[in-house]
Amino acid sequence: MTATAPAPANQRLAMAKAINLGLRRAMERDAKVLLMGEDIGALGGVFRVTDGLQKDFGGDRVVDTPLAESGIVGTAIGLAVAGYRPVCEIQFDGFIFPAFNQITTQLAKMHYRSRGRVQVPVVIRVPYGGGIGAVEHHSESPEALFAHTAGLRVVSPANPSDAFTMIQQAIACPDPVLFLEPKSRYWDKADVEVSAAEQVLDADAGLNQARIVRPGTDVTLAAYGPSVATALRAASAAEAEGHSLEVVDLRSISPIDFDTLTESVRRTGRLVVVHEAPVFFGAGAEIAARVSQECFYHLEAPVARVGGFHAPYPVAKLEHDYLPDLDRVLHAVDGVLAH
Amino acid sequence: MTTDTTGAIPPVGETDDDLIQLLTPEGERVHHEAYTPRIDDLDRAALEGLYRDMVLVRRFDSEATSLQRHGELGLWPPSLGQEAAQVGSGRALAPQDYVFPSYRELGVAWTRGVDLHQVLHQFRGEDHGGWDPAAHNFHLYALVIGSHTLHATGYAMGIQRDGDVGTGDPDRDRAAVVYFGDGATAQGDVNEALTFAAVNDAPVVFYCQNNHWAISEPTTRQSRVPLSHRGQGFGVPSVRVDGNDVLACYAVTAEALERAHSGGGPTFIEAVTYRMGAHTTSDDPTRYRTRADEEVWRRRDPIERLATLLRAEGSGEEFFTALEAEAEAFGEGVRDYCRAIPVPPDSRMFENVYATENAQVSAEREWFTEYQEGFDTEEAAG
Repeated sequence: MTATAPAPANQRLAMAKAINLGLRRAMERDAKVLLMGEDIGALGGVFRVTDGLQKDFGGDRVVDTPLAESGIVGTAIGLAVAGYRPVCEIQFDGFIFPAFNQITTQLAKMHYRSRGRVQVPVVIRVPYGGGIGAVEHHSESPEALFAHTAGLRVVSPANPSDAFTMIQQAIACPDPVLFLEPKSRYWDKADVEVSAAEQVLDADAGLNQARIVRPGTDVTLAAYGPSVATALRAASAAEAEGHSLEVVDLRSISPIDFDTLTESVRRTGRLVVVHEAPVFFGAGAEIAARVSQECFYHLEAPVARVGGFHAPYPVAKLEHDYLPDLDRVLHAVDGVLAH
Repeated sequence: MTTDTTGAIPPVGETDDDLIQLLTPEGERVHHEAYTPRIDDLDRAALEGLYRDMVLVRRFDSEATSLQRHGELGLWPPSLGQEAAQVGSGRALAPQDYVFPSYRELGVAWTRGVDLHQVLHQFRGEDHGGWDPAAHNFHLYALVIGSHTLHATGYAMGIQRDGDVGTGDPDRDRAAVVYFGDGATAQGDVNEALTFAAVNDAPVVFYCQNNHWAISEPTTRQSRVPLSHRGQGFGVPSVRVDGNDVLACYAVTAEALERAHSGGGPTFIEAVTYRMGAHTTSDDPTRYRTRADEEVWRRRDPIERLATLLRAEGSGEEFFTALEAEAEAFGEGVRDYCRAIPVPPDSRMFENVYATENAQVSAEREWFTEYQEGFDTEEAAG
């Protein structure tokens, strides 16, 4: 292991680099943390998120696995039972399904069925979502399938700073965590407070919490992962038209921090949920139902949802129509304001 | 399979040239150059111990089967006929080895020191497990076929990273052992586990009990080749053993463990046995196999053949009589224990879903508690 060179408190990092640094910090802190996945070693992963880590930590801690997703997650479970903290990389969202059985029937439930005697602190990192012009199975948003499974946490960072912090929290968390990395934001840069890492490791304190990333008074926009940036752009555009939009970054999809969300909706009276996943049976459906129930007397309009269609993720030339963009978000905002 | 109910007990199958056997169905020792030395440490007391293991496990199993018939268990997977495959291999393990069982491993559980009564909890619907895996190095039963072969392989990769292979210290070197059936070999996970184990030289023993039936489907519906060839195809040393021969099962497992402990990597063992009972108590084997076939296998009974050997080598009738009494007393306690397993409290549903506090679980637990208390209030008022 090489020592990390003294670093300034703040670094301007792309999200992929921020996650890389977060992984490095976690591996330096705990010798039981190991990374496993396809092509994550010499290549550094197809998105280079694990770049340089095998060189520094060796092949036993940054493991190039056989090309077998169920095998990656299944062996990670065994490693966790043996006391390790494996961080798996699934190469693309659409390739997680061979591991679906291991994640939903085994990983999520082992703590429950052992009545707490066995912990499986496995993190599964998945580059997810669209917007990069990829071929089929490379742009999907399967979060609802996993959020429906008790025993798993499902989280998604929206910016480099959060990505740096949240990956370390996820690794420190005793529960299995599905860590959805918005691949279209991998190259977005922002200031990352890299000196703050030690203070944020209490997973309970931070990993569950939604955050109001832009305050407003007229409409709440709830989003997570790649859609947060879209929501923020929509809020800026709406401001020019005289509307004040509050943007809530949920950060955690399971559990959802409903307290932060419902407090916001009680103030604004209106809610638009934005995500890339299909609207039908998506996270927005759960949010709309819950907010309708809890904020019924505060709502000035029905909850609106903006997201993907009930169609397979389309070809790259059409994905701009499928993904919720600025105009579709503003269209929904106009709809709830019309009430 | 040839059915012969009159003459000598027929061999197990047509490809039995490679089947390791140290004790014939007639109860006679067979010398095997490589494997006989592996049982040199088994003196008569040890053999009587293996016999006692098998008799008590069978007695418990038959009681549990009856309990299901009386409605006391929701389901039971009988292990009748597989006692040698399980006890022989289980007794070869070191205490520090870690077992990932499937759901029919009563005999292995016994060898790991699990109180067999604890196994009833899962099948009575009181628990998803029933015992502390760490206390016995015996994981919870796996019901998703083959899923746990990967867990064992991952665990073995952990053993490697802990440096607990090839140290030469018999109290430190350890391995993972996974039990699964013939049907499981068709699962993708088993094939992925063999791949991961092979390329990593993981200290894991794949112990396949080929009991001839995956519910109603014969092994020929799972594979065109003897199952041990599967292991060979992955570059994993493989061996076929007479699964009704407790001595041979002990010997081949001891060899596989020696390989794993010393850093030699994985082994695939195919223990050729026969599930004499139903797959589970909800199954009806008369719909898919003949009594004649069952009779052939009854004559290869693993317990009977060891009894013959013991008698030939000097165990007196007092040993058998005393054991019979012990088994009787053991069996009698099972019913009382089973019926006394309490219904779990409602709150159990919400416990240990996560290792950390979870807002979703907390909210639903709170709602449900209030809902339940509402009935109590109504009752008190009414």
